[in-house]
Amino acid sequence: MLAYLIRRLGAVIVMVLVVLLTTFVIFYMLPKWAGQDLAVLFAGKNSGAEQLEGIRQKLGLSDPLLVQFAEFVKGIPFGRDFGSGNNVTHCPSPCLGYSFRTEAPVWETIKDALPVTAAMAVGAAVLWLLGGVAVGVVSALKRGSIWDRSAMVVALSGVSMPIFFTGMIAMGIFVHSLGWLHIDDSLSSNDSIGTWVETLILPWIVLAFLQAAMYARLTRATMLEVLGEDYIRTARAKGVTEPVVIRRHALRSTMTPILTVFGLDLGILMGGAILTETTFNLPGLGREAVQAIDGKDLPMILGVTLCMSLAIAFANLIVDLMYAVIDPRVRLG
Amino acid sequence: MTAPMHDTTTDVDEPAPVAAEATAESKAKKVEGRSLKQIAWNRLKQDKVALAGGIVVVLLVVVSVFAPVLVSLFGHPPNEGNLDQLEDLTNLPKGALGGISGDHLFGVEPNTGRDVFSRIVYGARISMLVAVLAAAVAVVLGTLFGIIAGYFGGWVDAIISRVMDVLLSFPQLLFIIALVSVLPDDLLGLSGSGVRIATLVLVIGLFGWPYIGRIVRGQTLSLREREYVEAARSLGGGSRHILFRELLPNLVAPITVYTTLMIPTNILTEAALSFLGAGVRPPTASWGGMLRDALSVYEHDPMFMVFPGLAIFLTVLAFNLFGDGLRDALDPKGTR
Repeated sequence: MLAYLIRRLGAVIVMVLVVLLTTFVIFYMLPKWAGQDLAVLFAGKNSGAEQLEGIRQKLGLSDPLLVQFAEFVKGIPFGRDFGSGNNVTHCPSPCLGYSFRTEAPVWETIKDALPVTAAMAVGAAVLWLLGGVAVGVVSALKRGSIWDRSAMVVALSGVSMPIFFTGMIAMGIFVHSLGWLHIDDSLSSNDSIGTWVETLILPWIVLAFLQAAMYARLTRATMLEVLGEDYIRTARAKGVTEPVVIRRHALRSTMTPILTVFGLDLGILMGGAILTETTFNLPGLGREAVQAIDGKDLPMILGVTLCMSLAIAFANLIVDLMYAVIDPRVRLG
Repeated sequence: MTAPMHDTTTDVDEPAPVAAEATAESKAKKVEGRSLKQIAWNRLKQDKVALAGGIVVVLLVVVSVFAPVLVSLFGHPPNEGNLDQLEDLTNLPKGALGGISGDHLFGVEPNTGRDVFSRIVYGARISMLVAVLAAAVAVVLGTLFGIIAGYFGGWVDAIISRVMDVLLSFPQLLFIIALVSVLPDDLLGLSGSGVRIATLVLVIGLFGWPYIGRIVRGQTLSLREREYVEAARSLGGGSRHILFRELLPNLVAPITVYTTLMIPTNILTEAALSFLGAGVRPPTASWGGMLRDALSVYEHDPMFMVFPGLAIFLTVLAFNLFGDGLRDALDPKGTR
C-alpha cells in the first residue's frame, strides 16, 4: 500500500512537471515567436529601453528557456531571489513569481482565491455524485416507470445546457426576482459559514446539474447489469434483506465505473468552475485566470494552471485509492 | 462493444453472423443477409426522438448556409445598430419582451440596438463552422494515432497513450483560453475573424483528438486479432494496406457515432470561449458572445439572454439526441 502510494505520488509529480513545462514553453515562447517582448508585457508599452533592460536582467528573461524553467521550478520549494547586487527582491517559498499586472506575489493571490474554488468544486462534486447515484439507483429499481423516463430526459437536458446560461437563469430567479439569496462577490475566510453556503449554494446546484443526471444514467445501466450477477442471487438466497443486498453488494461494484468516469470528468469540473465563477462573479481561481489572461499576465496564468493540474492529479489519486475502499476485489500494489 | 460495420463498397469480408443475428432480431420476412448499414438505417427510422434531433441538425445546417438570404428576408444586417428601437435613458429595447415585433422577430440588443434574429442566425454559422471543423481535426488526428497505437502496440502505443493521458489531464478550458489569447492575430496568412476561427478550430481539435483516439485504439486492439487481418497479412498486405483498407472500414461505425457526439461538446466549448471573451472577436456575432453581453443586462432585459441560450441548448440537445440514436442503431448489443 505504501509502496503503491509512493509510486503514484512520483507519477503525479512527473505529470505535473510535464504539464508545467508545456505551459511554460507555450506561454513564454509563443509571444516571442509572435514578436511580442515579455519585458514590454511586464512594464507596459511606454517604458524606456533602459527600464526594459533592467526588467530583463531582473527576471532573467535573457537566459535560455530551460534555465528559466529550472529557476522557476526551484523557486517553488526553496524560494527565489530576483535581481542582483543591492537590488534584490526575495520571493519566499512557494515562489511562483510576481504578477505582471498587480506586481503582487502570485502565490498570495492564489492563496486567497483557492478556498473559493475548492469549496465550489468539492461541494458540486459531492452533490453531483450523491444526487446522480441516488437517482440512478432509484431509476434502476423502478425500471420503465415515469420516474425512470424523466430522469433520462433531464440527463440529456443537463449536458446540453451551457452552464453560464443555467447560472444566469438561476441567478435571475432566486437572486434578482425572488430575492431569496444574496450572492457575495467578495468571499473571504473571515466570512461566516452561513455566508459561504448562501453564496455557493446556487453555483453548487448549477455545476452539479451539468453532470449529475449523466451519472444517474450511468448508475442505472451499471446497476441493472450488476443486479443480474450470480453473487447477488447468492446473497438473496442466503436470506440477506433487499436493502442490504442493494447497499452492500450491488452498490459497491456499481460505484467502480462511476469513479472511473468521475476521474475523467475532473477536467470538466475545473472548466465548469471557471465558467461558474465568471457567471456568479465569485473571487476564485477561475476569475483570477480570466483576468490574468485578459491582461496577458503570464506568471499568474502559469500559477493558476499549476494549481489546477495539481488539483486534477491529486483528485485522480484519491479516486484510485477510493477503488480499494469501495470494491474489495481491487488490490493495490 | 460495437460490431464492425460491413460496408458493401469495400471488399472486406466480414463473417456473416453479425448480420444474420441482427436480421433475425428485426422482423424481416425474407431471411437474407443485410448489411449493418441497412439495419442501422431501419432502426434509426423507428427512433422518433433521434430522427427529430437529426431534422433539427439538418435545419441548422440549412440556416447557417443560407444565413445571408434569411437575414435579408426577415431581419436587418447583423451589425447595424437600430438606435431608434432603444429607450433614450436606459438604452433598453422599446416595448415588451426585449422589443420583439414583426420587424425585429427576436427583438433588439440593449445598448446597440442590433437585430437579435440576424445575430442568432449568423451566430449559428460560427458555432457550426468551428464545431464541425474542430471535430474533423480531432477525428483525423484521433483515428490516425489511435489506429497506429492499437495496431503496432509496444513503445509506439506507450508513447501515444501517454500523450493522450497528459492531454486529457490538462485543465483544458483554462489552457484553451490562455492559448487563444497569446496566439498572434495574423496566422497562416489569414486576417480578421478568420484567424480566430482557425485558432479555435485547431486548439479545440487538438484537445479533442484523445477522446476519439482512445476509442479507436481500443477497437483496433480487438480487431487486429481477427482472422481477416491475419488473412490479409498472409496474402502479403503491408501495414498501410491493413491499417487503412482492412481495419479503417470496420472502424467507421464507432468513429461516426463519436464524431456526432463530439460536435455538441465543441459547440459548448466554442460558446464557453466566446462567453469568456476568448472566442471570435466582436462585432462578429456568436452565441457565447451574446450571452457575455447579456450577463450585465439580463436583470433588466431577460429576453436578450433567452435567445442565444436557447439556441445553444437546442442545437446541442439535437446533436446529442441524434448521436445517441445513431449509437443505439449501430450497436447491435446496445450496452447503454
